[in-house]
Amino acid sequence: MTLDEILSSLFPDGHEVRNDKGVLLGSTTLRSGANMLVLGVAGRTALGVDEAIRLSGHVLRSIGRDSGPILVLVDSDSQRMSKRDELLGLNEFLAHLAKVLIHADTNGRPTIGLLYGHSAAGALLATGLATRVLVGLPGADPAVMDLPSMAKVTKLSMEALEEKAKSTPVFAPGLSNLAQMGAVHMTWSQDGSLADQLEALLADMPAVRDGRDALGKARGGRLKAADIAERVRDLALQAR
Amino acid sequence: MTAPLKDITPAERARSTSFYEASARTRLELLLDAGSFVEFIGPEQREVSPHLKIFDLPEQFDDGIVVGHGRLDESPVFVAAQEGRFMGGAFGEVHGAKLTGLLRAAREIGTIPVLILFDTGGVRLQEANAGELAIAEIMRAVMEARAAGVKVIGLIGGRSGCYGGGGLIAGCCSALAVSEPGRIAVSGPEVIETNRGVEEFDSRDRALVWRTMGGKHRRLLGAADVFADDNVQDFREAALELIGLVGTFGLDKLTAEQERLADRLRRYGACQDAVDIWTAEGIAHAETVPELPADQFIALADRIGRTSRDAR
Repeated sequence: MTLDEILSSLFPDGHEVRNDKGVLLGSTTLRSGANMLVLGVAGRTALGVDEAIRLSGHVLRSIGRDSGPILVLVDSDSQRMSKRDELLGLNEFLAHLAKVLIHADTNGRPTIGLLYGHSAAGALLATGLATRVLVGLPGADPAVMDLPSMAKVTKLSMEALEEKAKSTPVFAPGLSNLAQMGAVHMTWSQDGSLADQLEALLADMPAVRDGRDALGKARGGRLKAADIAERVRDLALQAR
Repeated sequence: MTAPLKDITPAERARSTSFYEASARTRLELLLDAGSFVEFIGPEQREVSPHLKIFDLPEQFDDGIVVGHGRLDESPVFVAAQEGRFMGGAFGEVHGAKLTGLLRAAREIGTIPVLILFDTGGVRLQEANAGELAIAEIMRAVMEARAAGVKVIGLIGGRSGCYGGGGLIAGCCSALAVSEPGRIAVSGPEVIETNRGVEEFDSRDRALVWRTMGGKHRRLLGAADVFADDNVQDFREAALELIGLVGTFGLDKLTAEQERLADRLRRYGACQDAVDIWTAEGIAHAETVPELPADQFIALADRIGRTSRDAR
């Protein structure tokens, strides 16, 4: 689906979401009457310092002024890989965006990420993975690391990697692999109305507590993470 | 002749031990009050990565991170130290989950600070999806802990630096201390060069790497509040200082951070090199900054006076 098709299906009664050089900013009124803040990255744009500061500013301006949930649309490249972005402290800008989203989510503004295209690495951490619920659309193709780069680092052939990718979701790119990890909570159907599916999700939002490790365990993608975290937590609580 | 070990105080040993060269375990042993460290899920439990054998890679019994509890000037602290010599300190499933669990406990208690000794290249590629998600969980756990009143201090001075998602976690901490070799960035030099070409970033130009991503630049920008000399005692003192300085987290910190970062873009967004930024900050002979010894650099950084602990 194109961005315009997605926005029309999500917000059939209209919206005020503008795409300025790959940075999506705006809001809409849901059928319930509630306001929803919308932001995101479109057109496979790299997320650099200039984009991140606009996105975080959009959310911060809304906190205290508006109410309602926040939707983060994601079709990005990875973080912008450049000397200038690193010189200016890209890690702080990306962390800041994630922090603002986490703060909003834990203070009455539930956040939903909608991954409809590509994303990778730091860009995914600062957007979709910083929301409470990350939804995938069919055709989304996230990749923490692409297979050719992995082949270079691991010194394995592409064929060998593709073979391994069939048996393990833990390293291979793709929406279904991230879903098995617990990173993507659900995949929506593009045949039905996205507005209906958004409404259903908003009516039944999971608790604010981060349950992605339990989800990854239940789905068989991360068998150890939830138990290790729980054991360390218990030991730490006893040690005080 | 070297003096017998018993004649050397812990502080003297910490002072003479390079943070950069030391292992994660040595860093913790010398950072904390002598004998106070207790590890959670230590190597004897052999909780290794379940994924490395797919790639016929050796496992490590602690999966490259040491987490536990200790005392700093007699006050309790939680600590996590990454081992940069194992898989570049990279985040995998088990490695990340240990830190997540520690932060969740700290949040429930609310009063015990957490020290994170970063030493990482970012996500462990062989378990990239699990590592990426572990970093997302840690970022959330850091912020939830801070919102509950916990001070989370990052110490950065290891051989693998603090790259990739490690840089984002560092950006979530209440405050950072960094030494000169403690690089902080998202994309590493080789990654930028591979993707954008040597004209964009020459990863073999070590001076360029240090002045773009190194501890001195991060301190002058205010990203790190304290510059530590490369020894464990300096990092211990930096951690104590920051625990004393850091205030409570709230929306005001994020609003101030937005302004701090926007101001940085306005002032330095057109600069081509770190030296241009340092010059714009009012530093005379900015090109000599990389050669300044620690004491002179600290005096300079304090005079410039940029900090971020109230705006992050």
